[in-house]
Amino acid sequence: MERGEEEMIESAEKAKQDPIYLNALKDLIYQLADDDFIISFRGSEWLGLAPHIEEDVAFSSITQNTMGHALMFYNLLEELGEPEADQLAHERQSNVRKNAIYFEKKNGEGHYTEEPYYDWALTVVRNFLYETFKKVKLEAITKSSYQPLANVAGKVLMEQPYHLAHWKIWFNQLYHSTDEAHERLQARLLEASEEIGDVYELGHHATEMEHFELMISEGTLRERWLNEVSKTIQEFPSIDIGKKFGSGREGDHTPDLNQALEILSEVYESDKDAVW
Amino acid sequence: MYHYIEYGSSESPHEDQEKYERFMERIEAGEKIEADDWMPDDYRQSLIKLISMHGISEIMGALPEKEWVPKAPTLKRKLGIMAKVQDEMGHGQLLLRVAEDLMKPYGKTRKDLIENLLKGDLKFHNVFHMPTRTWADAGMVGWLVDGAAIISQTNMLDASYGPYQRALQRICQEEVFHAQHGEAIIMALAEGTEHQRDILQESLNRWWPSLLMFFGPSTADTTGTSKQDIMIKYKIRKSNNEELRQAFLDKYLPRVFSLGLTVPDETVHYDEEKGQWVYQQPDWNEFKQIIKNNGPRSKERLRLREIAYKNNCWVREALSKEAVGS
Repeated sequence: MERGEEEMIESAEKAKQDPIYLNALKDLIYQLADDDFIISFRGSEWLGLAPHIEEDVAFSSITQNTMGHALMFYNLLEELGEPEADQLAHERQSNVRKNAIYFEKKNGEGHYTEEPYYDWALTVVRNFLYETFKKVKLEAITKSSYQPLANVAGKVLMEQPYHLAHWKIWFNQLYHSTDEAHERLQARLLEASEEIGDVYELGHHATEMEHFELMISEGTLRERWLNEVSKTIQEFPSIDIGKKFGSGREGDHTPDLNQALEILSEVYESDKDAVW
Repeated sequence: MYHYIEYGSSESPHEDQEKYERFMERIEAGEKIEADDWMPDDYRQSLIKLISMHGISEIMGALPEKEWVPKAPTLKRKLGIMAKVQDEMGHGQLLLRVAEDLMKPYGKTRKDLIENLLKGDLKFHNVFHMPTRTWADAGMVGWLVDGAAIISQTNMLDASYGPYQRALQRICQEEVFHAQHGEAIIMALAEGTEHQRDILQESLNRWWPSLLMFFGPSTADTTGTSKQDIMIKYKIRKSNNEELRQAFLDKYLPRVFSLGLTVPDETVHYDEEKGQWVYQQPDWNEFKQIIKNNGPRSKERLRLREIAYKNNCWVREALSKEAVGS
């Protein structure tokens, strides 16, 4: 269903006039921002530890873009009257974060400075699934009734195809290579299918998001995502996708998110009066 | 970022005197030597040592700063420091490719370089054996460590070996941004709260001896051997270690003092008559220990590389098998 020009909300000021619209809009943007932020945090932990030097350079570039996207979304929230972007990124407790739970999962055993037994199979599977999801969600958002958000989605989609292409290549290369690589990826795919079920959820304001044409429905989003995934992985389970740890869109999270927040806000919290 | 301390000498007789003379004529005329050109063995070996050390130091140098990447205090600082560390990895890649070409006649590859590093045969720069304890260290590495790197690398911008010289052109351009990135972090701390100023001064106190050591000792007397002469003979670089250190002090000490910071050396001053900075020598025995991988964080940093290398072995194996999927 297309919206007429007159129904577009062009500015934050206009969005603020309807509290129901505003709350649904903010919730949607929090999901986008928090997904990008946590996935890029996990990416930043990998820096210097990737399977080869060329990948370190490429992965880091993707991680920077993704954190840049998080910043753009936090800035949109700031315009809508929320606290400033750095506060949103560093100060919010885990129970108000809206990222899907699978994205906060630790990269593997150990800590990034000590005995980091990180798993490249998890990273490939997770980033592939994330980027396919991000593609379909943002494509839908380019038609959102909130014009500033639709514009940002359009901008992000200019970079994002390269990210997806990168992880697609990784996935295909490893999946069709040695038995060990295939098995490792398959195990991580199975794990993902048990945990990632909150990714296409839209949270408490799902109905309003659809009503105000901020976003397509959960069902459509799920369908488009699985269709996108199936272009690369025919075997990805489409019927039984679980959400073992609950729904991040509704504020459920695991201790892994707290671990991430402690690290990423360590310096920020060390002197709240400081300008860094 | 590299140093010039070498173990053992590689003086070798030049079997082919005519080729050697022609080679030296080209060097004297300021021509660039390319990867496929004839070159004397000691030239090739000195370059391999220098460039592999430089390359691997960039890779190892990513680790101390990287500790602060996930912790950087704002979104913009997170983006800035990530880009910076990525550049260093990129420099490492660029340089290892240059070293790999030089190693070809010996049948050696990058695998040998990484394994030599893990065995302790390939050294990395003294500064990257040091801890980065606070966010101020993240700034200090960008500002003064990279500042020192710019001094020594610009000294080789006209190096006689073409592939290295061209890599350095690009590296130096990026290093200027790194120094600005570091300076921006430092300025925010210097103009900040008491806590921020404290961690800044503490960081400089800790880094000071390492910064003096950065350029290596003045003469071979200190550590046994030095490749300074051969580097200058073959026009790989122009100045000796002490000249580079003086250039660093010239450039940065006034800036340090103007920020209201001090260095932990009460004797440091500029001798107008001699036209140079006078300073207390760092402990060169400690330096020798550091570059033998007995520095404060040597083992831990090597351990990180070792885990990254071994833990991802299955990935490299999978990549070396041709993909059958699309």
